[in-house]
Amino acid sequence: MLDVRGLSRAFGGLKAVDAVDIDVPQGAIVGLIGPNGAGKTTCFAAIAGFVQPDSGSVRLSGTDITGWAPHRIAELGMVRTFQITQPFARLSVRENVMVGAYLRHPRRAEALRAAERVAARVGMGGMLDMRAGDLTVAGRKRLELARALATEPRLLLLDEVMAGLNPTEIDEIVGIVRNIRADGITILMIEHVMQAVMSLAERIHVLNQGRIIARGAPAEIAADRVVVEAYLGQGAAARLAGGAHG
Amino acid sequence: MNARRIVAVFGAALVAAFALPFVLPSNYAVNVAAMILFTAFLGQSWNIAGGFAGQTSFGHVVFFGTGAYASTILQVAWGWNPWLGWIAAALAGGVVGLAIGALAFRAGLRGSYFALVTLAFAEVFRILANSAEFTRGGLGILIPSDPRAANLQFKDPVWFYWIALALLALSLAVAAWLKRSRFGAQLAAIRENEDAARALGIDVFRAKTICLGISGAMAAAGGTFYAQKYLYVDPSIAYGVEKSVEMLLVSMIGGAGTVFGPLVGAAVLGGVGEITRSFAAGQGLSLVVYGAILVAIVAWLPDGLIGVFARRGGARRGRDA
Repeated sequence: MLDVRGLSRAFGGLKAVDAVDIDVPQGAIVGLIGPNGAGKTTCFAAIAGFVQPDSGSVRLSGTDITGWAPHRIAELGMVRTFQITQPFARLSVRENVMVGAYLRHPRRAEALRAAERVAARVGMGGMLDMRAGDLTVAGRKRLELARALATEPRLLLLDEVMAGLNPTEIDEIVGIVRNIRADGITILMIEHVMQAVMSLAERIHVLNQGRIIARGAPAEIAADRVVVEAYLGQGAAARLAGGAHG
Repeated sequence: MNARRIVAVFGAALVAAFALPFVLPSNYAVNVAAMILFTAFLGQSWNIAGGFAGQTSFGHVVFFGTGAYASTILQVAWGWNPWLGWIAAALAGGVVGLAIGALAFRAGLRGSYFALVTLAFAEVFRILANSAEFTRGGLGILIPSDPRAANLQFKDPVWFYWIALALLALSLAVAAWLKRSRFGAQLAAIRENEDAARALGIDVFRAKTICLGISGAMAAAGGTFYAQKYLYVDPSIAYGVEKSVEMLLVSMIGGAGTVFGPLVGAAVLGGVGEITRSFAAGQGLSLVVYGAILVAIVAWLPDGLIGVFARRGGARRGRDA
């Protein structure tokens, strides 16, 4: 469904994203992981139109959307969330989600109904009248999710929706993400919380220093030498293996 | 939040406001009331862009003055009927709004940069009006006095009161529509966070530009009203910075981004103006008091005076800018 080919973007001399290929099949949950500074968020930004790629292409269901403005990409059915949550701080939760719902429901009454339905689905049904600026971190993460869902996307780009949450909250979001997929929405997620991404994603891409260094099923990735070294430093895999023998 | 009840209350208030001149003691009082309503209308035109969409302009007079000149020139030099000229003036203001919006927003100007660019546009228009032939430069243009309704001129000030009331009612309707429509929700989203708005499928450039067009058309309609009331336009009346400040002030004091904020702000400023005038001649004292009020509002009531009444459910502010 999403087909990223040779995507590159440099900032000055730094290649933040370097010839990245990503495939996201229809109906899948695909994970994008990597150490801090690997270029994951830039990669997302380039896919969703927030950053112009230097080269490469992005196709959504066959349509070439490389370099499109974000609002047109959202209209076509691909919506991102932000790692650093971007609530409409002085609007209520209801109004926040309605902004998303208005994309497909121009009439107020319908947008309102759609927004309340989505809010209930992510467990925010009781917070509709709260000001978004007053939400906790967990609440803001859910709000990001709710707003994006309210646009009724085909493909959802989730940027670290679990960062900063406690284990109970993570479990809840994992359940919500499962339900979203069950409703037929394809998901590409950046995630640092390994236990979550390992249990959710059927396929994982590992990004390091702007390049994809490994891809495969979660179990393969966890055992991959290159991946372990990317996270823990060179020689770590050997030392771990040595430690296991000793 | 029953829409029918809101309309009923609004209608009753409109009837009361319509009848108000009959109980006011003098023509002077009617004039003061008319100018309060008119200032509220101008404030609302600013509020559409500055309050609802968060596009703070320091030069809204660029639209006001364009409206004043457009109808006056069409009338004096081209023999147009001023009612028709009024419509043309609103259109001209809308076009200037769209043009400035297209230029400034395409260049990605936000916040104080946008504010400064609007100020610059207003100054450029003032200088142009001061030097161009067809605006008669610094001499200004006199509209020949011929008080007939067909000429949009009236002997009795009550008519200007009623016209100001109609303008205000129209602007309140626009604001109320923004509060409850998709376009209004898009503007609020843009005001709060442009990137998030963009991510949710909002064409930010288009929405902001259209918003400035609407706002500009309204301010320009105000310019024609002003010209017809005083039968004279010159560059400093049309494009003087005081009017820009006044529009911004009444909205901020009353409550930017609220439907009734500009009306509350205009009433307070009008009242303060009358009181200070009774103490001292000239403008000096009223400006000092305005300044003090603005400082107090910004420091303690960032949602404006209306925020005092409208604070519901203990919702507190958390403004990020």
